[in-house]
Amino acid sequence: MRHLLSIEDLDRPAIERILDRAKSFTEVSEREIKKVPALRGRRVLNLFYEASTRTRSSFELAAKALSADVINFAAGGSAVEKGESLKDTVQTLSAYQPDLIVIRTPHVGAADLVAGWTTAGVVNAGDGKHEHPTQALLDVYALRDRIGSLDGRSIWIVGDVAHSRVARSCIHAFAAMGAKVTVCGPPTLIPRGMEAMGCEVAYTLDRLGEADVVYALRMQTERMTDSFVPSLREYAARYQIDGRRLGARQVLMHPGPVNRGVELSAEVIDSPQAVIGQQVAAGVVVRMAVLYELLAGRTAPERAAAPATPQLA
Amino acid sequence: MSALDHREQPPADLLVRGAHVLDPRAGIDAPHDVLVRAGVVAEIGAPGSLEAPDGAEVLDGEGRHLLPGFVDPHVHLRVPGQEHKEDLDSGTRAAAAGGYVAVVAMPNTDPVVDSAPVLRSLREAARREARVPVGFMASITRGLEGEALTEMAELADAGALGFTDDGRPVHRAGILRKALQYQRLAGRLLCLHEEDPSLSGRGVMHEGEVSARLGLAGIPSISESTLIARDASLAGYEDGRIHIQHLSARESVEAVAEAKARGVRITAEVSPHHLTLTAAALLRADAAQAGEAGRGRGSGLDTRLKMNPPLRAEEDRQALIAGLRDGTIDCVATDHAPHAREEKEVPFEEAPMGTTGLETAFAALYTELVRPGVLPLALIVDRLSAGAAFVGLPLPSIRTGEGANFCLVDLEAEYEVGEAGYESRSENCCFAGRRLHGRVLATVAAGAVAYRQRSFAVVGAA
Repeated sequence: MRHLLSIEDLDRPAIERILDRAKSFTEVSEREIKKVPALRGRRVLNLFYEASTRTRSSFELAAKALSADVINFAAGGSAVEKGESLKDTVQTLSAYQPDLIVIRTPHVGAADLVAGWTTAGVVNAGDGKHEHPTQALLDVYALRDRIGSLDGRSIWIVGDVAHSRVARSCIHAFAAMGAKVTVCGPPTLIPRGMEAMGCEVAYTLDRLGEADVVYALRMQTERMTDSFVPSLREYAARYQIDGRRLGARQVLMHPGPVNRGVELSAEVIDSPQAVIGQQVAAGVVVRMAVLYELLAGRTAPERAAAPATPQLA
Repeated sequence: MSALDHREQPPADLLVRGAHVLDPRAGIDAPHDVLVRAGVVAEIGAPGSLEAPDGAEVLDGEGRHLLPGFVDPHVHLRVPGQEHKEDLDSGTRAAAAGGYVAVVAMPNTDPVVDSAPVLRSLREAARREARVPVGFMASITRGLEGEALTEMAELADAGALGFTDDGRPVHRAGILRKALQYQRLAGRLLCLHEEDPSLSGRGVMHEGEVSARLGLAGIPSISESTLIARDASLAGYEDGRIHIQHLSARESVEAVAEAKARGVRITAEVSPHHLTLTAAALLRADAAQAGEAGRGRGSGLDTRLKMNPPLRAEEDRQALIAGLRDGTIDCVATDHAPHAREEKEVPFEEAPMGTTGLETAFAALYTELVRPGVLPLALIVDRLSAGAAFVGLPLPSIRTGEGANFCLVDLEAEYEVGEAGYESRSENCCFAGRRLHGRVLATVAAGAVAYRQRSFAVVGAA
């Protein structure tokens, strides 16, 4: 495997292999010197066109824990602001011969495009509303840690599904691991045709009791301006996961950052059912495993070979 | 074709020998020799019966088809203002290479064709540069802003073939109503791009299963059909004549059929890409030939497949085919929309809408619809020029005494789109990389040879 562009690139054995390796990396984080030399001399480039705290910092920590060199490149204050195109930026940075580019952009399919413009491996760290595969992997990791196998489990993803790359990646990943996925939210925030992804669609929380796992999505306040929901108050009244709605045996997940009092009430965030902190913690080891999967044992990219055919040949 | 302009070429003297002449209008469907003298079809005879006069060129038609030339009522030649995408020379060269003998250019240029001086200077440029005759439409509203009507009567006198705000809808019903009233004075067709912006919003592709999967904002089918219904109602009330551009959705075909049944004076066009492709082409799943692990699935978003209206679902495609077959849809138009490489080589959401289409229209339709037996060749040939009549142009036909407007096609020739580049200045063709059958070998437009395929050997004077 050379790139991780979509969670669909991974079948169940591949997901299990990565997560098992992530498990073995937990030991590294517990050492006094939190570093192993597995990727020494490899260069990882973080290319972030969107603000990100946990994803960027956990990729950086993961790379450093494996002794790779990390370059962080943020779009703000760079040539991007002077109008440089994505293609030119990637080709320019590729001249620094990175072994791997971790990219987040607000544009669907951008990681795919970048993979065609560079000889480096590419990890999609979020492309618009499309996918965020490493988030889905760490979610499966945190969930396996809590409940064991996902086979036959019912997982409800609740909230703004339309604008969520996390939802799209998680639907694929949870289904690949044998879970039954239901997405639930206001009809204005569930895209037409969503069922084709293999999930069920619900518009109320009436059957939430069926769920083994409740995965709440972040409700972004800018959605109000486009009339997706009339008010946050009405949204919270209908869709907030609170102590009344969350059962004692259900597991609660959230990709963060949380809007307290909107999609989640304070009591459930701090409840024993929540694995939100474990999701964050899993971020580093899972991303270590992804970097290892893509880089370890691979020879440096063929410099002589032309990159894969660009979009417009 | 007085409202059309092109650079005059020496009239052709040539003999097309033994080609299978298929002209549904003239009722010909058999091998013939066709002799052209001074740009006019002088004689049509049995294969081998005609002799080429001295100095006449001989085109070997054996095993090939001679078809009446195509007429495209909807192309973007990007002049004035966007010559880096296309110009009158390259755009009409692409037309000729696709078998077109006349094209009609849209006015969404920079500046917009919304005044007689702009139109006159364009027509003058066409007389210097165009390889095949070009007609021009003017905008319905000034600057395409949807607020005030252009001087339609003066524009009609200056040679505007019709009026359209193509690229945008006339979003205010009151303005379109006034244009329909004014049509009684100015004449000419009103061509409408139908899209309700409050429904299409920031959409970049068809709203459906594929957009849900990709997380892209969708353009729902009803953004088109609801506006068609509104405008058909207005046209019926004012007894105006409207033409619906680039139909894309099943609901739209139904809306046009209902309007026709009510007696509204309405016609409609459909593009080769909407007849042959669907939004599923945006998924890499069915194009796993990329081979390498990690490139097998994912988004596969090819910006050449981004156009407005968007490629829709299979049921929409089937409805468009049925509409073309039963006459609900009257003609094929390419909506040839060139964009520069750097404009399209960006993330999908950022890319401009549009695909080129002049060079591939016939081959795409022949390969995807005629060869599998979905539609007869004669119907496709007819619909590829039927749009001429709606803008007052003569329908090309291969008849003695008529000017030569035809193309010679090798139906068996197979090629990969883009393998040898394009005649168009731009390369954003949605069929790029696909293998198509049906190659245009030569085009004679307005009595002169406008195109000859590079590898097509000229037999020479007999």
